[in-house]
Amino acid sequence: MSNEWPLWEIFIRSQHGLAHKHVGSLHAPDAAMAVRNARDVYTRRNEGVSIWAVKSADIVASDPDERDALFEPSHDKVYRHPTFFPMPDGVKHL
Amino acid sequence: MTHDEALFEYTLRLGDTDVVLAQRLSEWVGHGPIIEEDIALTNVGLDLLGQGRMWLSYAGEIEARVKGHGRSEDELAFLRDGGAYRNAQLVEMPNGDFADTMARQFYFDQAHLLLLRALAQSADARIADIAAKAAKEVAYHAERSADWVVRLGDGTAESHARVQRALDNLWPYTGELFAADAVDRVLIEAGVAADAPALRAPWRATVERVLAEATLRMPAGEWMQGGNGRGGRQGVHTEHLGHLLTEMQFLQRAYPGARW
Repeated sequence: MSNEWPLWEIFIRSQHGLAHKHVGSLHAPDAAMAVRNARDVYTRRNEGVSIWAVKSADIVASDPDERDALFEPSHDKVYRHPTFFPMPDGVKHL
Repeated sequence: MTHDEALFEYTLRLGDTDVVLAQRLSEWVGHGPIIEEDIALTNVGLDLLGQGRMWLSYAGEIEARVKGHGRSEDELAFLRDGGAYRNAQLVEMPNGDFADTMARQFYFDQAHLLLLRALAQSADARIADIAAKAAKEVAYHAERSADWVVRLGDGTAESHARVQRALDNLWPYTGELFAADAVDRVLIEAGVAADAPALRAPWRATVERVLAEATLRMPAGEWMQGGNGRGGRQGVHTEHLGHLLTEMQFLQRAYPGARW
């Protein structure tokens, strides 16, 4: 067994934020202590109202080497942005 | 003893206990077993320091009422010798290893939480306000140190043995947390102080529950340090307090009035 505690990724929802944002990572032996450590490490300055902790090993990430294959095709497809429609005058907040 | 004389002593006891334990916890800075725990211990210390400041500020105001001149929180913290300190002996005990620190914290936090919740009902509005604010922070401290005692107790054979030894060693220092002398009695009578002896039973119940979950044995000794009105709260301390104050007060002693 490794003596290293597993790594956790910490997400905090701030006072006015709608979504949890990734703030960093930390070590903890289990989920309960990951949340507790996150409280101490990342919310000392009144940053948050909610904490998520996710085991780093459980995050499935895209492969940087496949970046072109994944993202290149959308570069030249500007018609996918909804910017080609004349807006009626009465519509606000767009 | 007038009401204000007793109140001055009582607020000093509350403030000194917080300040001394905060200083002990600050000794862990850079020495925590992992950085997350290093930060957590320091957070608890800073909470206690903030609470200690509120108590000592209030003590200074009461002193002004009694003597015409009251000392500031800084004068009280940095310019009093050990014999004038009124903290319980438990909190001046050395950090030892992580189990020693957590056992000390566990005993103290559980008593502290009960004390603050009682003081939140104090007839003295200032005491009630400070206690209500502090109780929120201390609820977290109490949960955290109990959790660590369970983890160490039902962890490895070594962590179990170490935390059991720490709990046994510190046990005789817990009696003082529930003692009441003339100062307490004047203020309990007035509805200002918490009835500390009445907190012993709920404290013991919590300690028993946590130690059972941690597969640890409840310390059995009946004899307690600081009995007969000769404990830290009356200014009688162990040899450890002097060393702690030497370090904590060095700067103000060597460079009086220094600010930065």
